[in-house]
Amino acid sequence: MGKFITRRGLAALLVFWLAVSLLFAMIHMAPGDPVSVMLGPRATPEIKAELARRMGFDKPLVVQLGKFYADVAHGDLGVDPFSNRRVSDIVLEQLPYTLVLVLAAIGGASLLGIPLGCFSAVRRNSLLDRLTGILSVAFIAIPSFVVALYLLLWLAVKWRWFPAIGAGASGDYADQARHLVLPAIALGLGWVGYIARLVRASMLEVMEENHIRTARAFGLPERTIIVHYALRIAILPTVTILGLGIGSMLSGALFAEIVFSRPGIGRLLYEAVISRNYPVVMGSVLVTTGFFVLCTLVSDIVNALLDPRLRESREH
Amino acid sequence: MTEPVLQIRDLTVSYRTERGRLQALRHVSFSVPEGKIIGIVGESGCGKSTLISSIMRLFAPNAQVDDGSIVFRGQDLLGLPPDDMRALRGNAISMVFQDPMTSLNPVLDIGRQMADVQHRSGSGRAEKQARSLMMLERVGIPDPASQLGRFPHQLSGGMRQRVAIAMALMTEPSLLIADEPTTALDATLEVQIIHRLQELQRDFGCSILFVSHHLGVIAELCDEVIVMYAGEVCESGPTAEAFSNPRHPYTRKLLACDPARIPQRTRQLPVIEGSLPDLVDLPQGCIFMQRCGQSMARCATQRPLLSGVHRQAACHLQVPDP
Amino acid sequence: MARLANTVVKTFNGLKKDPLGMAGFVLVSLLLFVTVFAAWLAPYDPFEVNVHDRLSSPSAAHWLGTDQLGRDILSRVLFGGQVALKVSLVAISVSMAIGFALGMLAGFGPRWLDRILVVSFDTLRSFPTIMFALAVIALTGPSLNTVIGVIIITSIPVYARVVRTQTQALRERDFILAERAMGASTLRILRDHVLPNIAAPMLILASMDVPAVVGMEAGLSFLGLGVSPPTPSWGSILNDGYSYLRNSPWPIIAAGLPLIAVTLGFTFFGESLRDIFDPKLRGKAE
Repeated sequence: MGKFITRRGLAALLVFWLAVSLLFAMIHMAPGDPVSVMLGPRATPEIKAELARRMGFDKPLVVQLGKFYADVAHGDLGVDPFSNRRVSDIVLEQLPYTLVLVLAAIGGASLLGIPLGCFSAVRRNSLLDRLTGILSVAFIAIPSFVVALYLLLWLAVKWRWFPAIGAGASGDYADQARHLVLPAIALGLGWVGYIARLVRASMLEVMEENHIRTARAFGLPERTIIVHYALRIAILPTVTILGLGIGSMLSGALFAEIVFSRPGIGRLLYEAVISRNYPVVMGSVLVTTGFFVLCTLVSDIVNALLDPRLRESREH
Repeated sequence: MTEPVLQIRDLTVSYRTERGRLQALRHVSFSVPEGKIIGIVGESGCGKSTLISSIMRLFAPNAQVDDGSIVFRGQDLLGLPPDDMRALRGNAISMVFQDPMTSLNPVLDIGRQMADVQHRSGSGRAEKQARSLMMLERVGIPDPASQLGRFPHQLSGGMRQRVAIAMALMTEPSLLIADEPTTALDATLEVQIIHRLQELQRDFGCSILFVSHHLGVIAELCDEVIVMYAGEVCESGPTAEAFSNPRHPYTRKLLACDPARIPQRTRQLPVIEGSLPDLVDLPQGCIFMQRCGQSMARCATQRPLLSGVHRQAACHLQVPDP
Repeated sequence: MARLANTVVKTFNGLKKDPLGMAGFVLVSLLLFVTVFAAWLAPYDPFEVNVHDRLSSPSAAHWLGTDQLGRDILSRVLFGGQVALKVSLVAISVSMAIGFALGMLAGFGPRWLDRILVVSFDTLRSFPTIMFALAVIALTGPSLNTVIGVIIITSIPVYARVVRTQTQALRERDFILAERAMGASTLRILRDHVLPNIAAPMLILASMDVPAVVGMEAGLSFLGLGVSPPTPSWGSILNDGYSYLRNSPWPIIAAGLPLIAVTLGFTFFGESLRDIFDPKLRGKAE
């Protein structure tokens, strides 16, 4: 098990390192001089030189690259030129909000999707099954920000069932929960369907397998067989997909944060882009990418923990 | 004479398919006496699987029982409410499957699976584990304690099958159904498992219904044999007699084709000419007529019934038992 | 030519059996028609400002109401479709072409090239898409062309991967080896064998890709990073509508509908196509 973790960990590290390099390359491939763009045409050469020095743009490329790697490894993502705060501090301040949102969305989607998928598989071709199938496809396709906007329009502004803005008063968990409902629904709705479809497909496969027949032959109650035997195996592919899907959820979270005026990394990134705040842009993208790579790694490991057959498989 | 553990009369089962009704079993009748090992032999497609799933009442969704009864210790299984039937499974009636790799749960360790099988016993974890260990020893697994934590894919084929047998015998069933349990194993292992089964049967006193297409194993293990062809019973009786003096042409041909019985070296192995009949569109008369080679006019129009007292065969040609 | 007719007939027969797919096809056709003929169908000039009549609800004069500058929403939505169409056509065809080329290279070329390409694709995939788009836009400035460019870059790996798997599988098959032994050039093999096998999966992938592409453009325009005002795009209409949410819900309602229609239509149609032509793809496209 340890070997497996090490192997996957190193692969993840490699991908992350490449992503970091790509980001660095992008900064320096951008047309125009970043400093001029940031400060506008009226900035004097002295101010520009000062900023360039502060951001390290005046040194040779290789040196900058090395410094970049070293900084990232130390967790130093630079300084925000506008507020003079450390980028890592700013990012870490906003990250929890996004995490809470994504977790709420995935949690809710799983809570609904897994039983739905299970039920659809066991009662194949029933009305519920077919309805779930159609709605799943529908909600996966529709962009989440459209859902967010409609939810905002109807449930928050028109009917005032839920708040429209912000994350809620800090310390007041009930209030924060209320503020989470609509964004989490917007983010998670497509996933309910996706998870249901995945679980259904897996369950249908697993229920055909011989060991399920054996369990029945030993008189185990059907409910036990479905939940403890079949579902336990059928869930595995879902876990991996969920891990990978967190990445796409981060994108969706960005829109949810903007539509519902919530704090979070997505909103931070957006505002940094608008204001051409490169250090914050790069810092946010780095952190989200790192997070995404980490999630993929963790889901692989959890997958292996649940299915002993995978621990010994060879990497291809 | 004590009542047989299992008595099947006139069992007729068919499947609803796109092409029509597939008559998988027709008027199958035999009984399994207490404490005996009965073998069922026949080629693929003879209805063995349908027979087994009928006894266990684990039918495919498109299967239906058209006629007949399956009486187990005095109860007609076909008429039982589903919960009562479930109470019998893994309890009074147990099963060992053909391929232990796929019939054991791949993600649970052996200890857990053996404990789960005891789900009705009401005993605590330690008790269940003790019983599991004892059973593993009885089936001849060395160092049972270390196997409890392992997974099926970590065991060899022979070990897996022993575990499956241990699981099946754990509840001391009255009837053990073994569906080609040694087909997936190599010959040496097969012999070991068969001997072990014999031992266990003597110790536990259960009846065994042993399905196989391997004539040698049937001859070695089973007290009586039932020969099936295309959904019907063609011959039944004590194994030694049935194999040394078969009364049905099919049995004779089967024996002739058995590689173990070929007296001298030949270049060509004997086969039975022809192919299995279409079970949707059944011919009138005897089912084996096309491949028999000895048929009479009667065979085309009249379906032969099982006749005989001590030994039975369904054939118009047979000479009655003296 | 006969093959094409054959394919069309097969498609229609399959669609007849699948009501959802048929519905998707009808929807898609309707949308295409309406978008292409927007100039004739739109009752007003989408840029025509009329401040006296701003933020009005639907009426006989303005079927979908007016936005904050008094512009007719219906007309803007119709023309917004043209942006979506343009982006989809350009982005998908370019990324398909480049993806095809790269996939071929990876599949047929030397091992080391394959390695490099696969690693590049994986690295690209490790970025959440919108984040990547935002990073690029931060550096190059917002514009519709940048959006198209980003969509292309993130779509290429998807097509390339499919092509690569197909070519790799084909590479090993006996009849290819036989052809090579007879001296057939790589180009010929590509044309005669790889292309026909690839065509169906690629087209299906493209159809399923349209919702994502349209959604991405709409999303970025909604953030103000796509089309520049006053050009209407469904996303930019939503953006305007969001600012004036409490005054009138109609911009949002109106622009959301075609987005939903496009995504639903192409998804149902694409799934139907996949079931007709290659049910084996069922698990992979997720």
